[in-house]
Amino acid sequence: MAARPVWESHAEVGSDASERGLGPRNPPGGGIGRGAKPPSEGIWRWGKWAIPLAVVPLLILLAYGFRTDPRAIPSPLVGRAAAPFSITLFSGGSLSLDELKGKVVVVNFWASWCYPACYEEAPGLERGWRAYRDRGVVVVGVDIQDTEEAARKFMRQFSLTFPNGPDPAGRISVDYGVYGVPETFFIDRSGRIRKKHVGAVTEAVFTGEVERLLKEPS
Amino acid sequence: MRRAALLPILLLPLLAWAAPPAGSVNEDTVRQIAAELRCVVCQNLSVADSPSEMANQMRGIIRERLQAGDTPEQVVAYFVDKYGEWILLSPRPRGFNLLVWVLPFAGIGVGLVAVLLLARRWSRRAASEPVAEAIDAATRERIRREMAELEP
Repeated sequence: MAARPVWESHAEVGSDASERGLGPRNPPGGGIGRGAKPPSEGIWRWGKWAIPLAVVPLLILLAYGFRTDPRAIPSPLVGRAAAPFSITLFSGGSLSLDELKGKVVVVNFWASWCYPACYEEAPGLERGWRAYRDRGVVVVGVDIQDTEEAARKFMRQFSLTFPNGPDPAGRISVDYGVYGVPETFFIDRSGRIRKKHVGAVTEAVFTGEVERLLKEPS
Repeated sequence: MRRAALLPILLLPLLAWAAPPAGSVNEDTVRQIAAELRCVVCQNLSVADSPSEMANQMRGIIRERLQAGDTPEQVVAYFVDKYGEWILLSPRPRGFNLLVWVLPFAGIGVGLVAVLLLARRWSRRAASEPVAEAIDAATRERIRREMAELEP
């Protein structure tokens, strides 16, 4: 017995016991191990698989989770008809989306407190509006969760001339699934939302999208 | 007889919930719906719990839609329509989302079975271990001798 490796001594005791009838509750070949394997070895065999079995799916799930960007929330609205809205403009009067049928419409959600992204994109939007207004493109600014005073100051700062108005009850924002500012929607001539841009819209994105939509037959 | 008469009375609140009178909106219903929706500008807060202006406006929209005669289900469906299922704090038990609902219970089940099996095995081994054999005759004799020395 002394010559045997340590891990076998247990098995020796176990089998001795059952031979003498001391282990009546030990069924032959019981447990998870194969056949009459000693129980300690059976647990080992099991444990060897239990750890990878628990860890590998978790790693796969984490790998999947870390690869997705929690901020990139796919909008279900892209490809669908843009929700109609009517907005009271800061410059007086009102504007509704229905009036703009047949035009390419860029709806930009912004706020004066949205620094720096809204401040970054404002000059580009104004330039885009000026460059394309004669080609059937309208830029509409929707100011959300803001005070009129701060909004007017923002518009003065960037000399914004495209139509802008507030969304005091948040109805337009929710209709467009807005979850932050700035967000910009590109609506084609038939009134369908074709692209949603989250974050400051660059002039390259603006021009590219507007040109693409202008090329489509109305 | 009395039980039969009671039944309509018991059903009354259910009816009231199903078809609220136009014009008056139960604030509890607003809260219930808001609690299901994710506040879009917050990190992991419901529309009911968030103090943000956006959540406030969303609560206003919920109230408005209920006032217009929408059922709570229709109000939730409206938000899902605009934001996708992302807006729901509890993912619907469908498709990939099912994993979130099933996995914890499956984990508990597997854990229970494992504990049960291991516990049974350990108790079995403890029972079959010949404790008495651990001391050989020589040691037993020595103990007896030394005990006798201590108590003359």
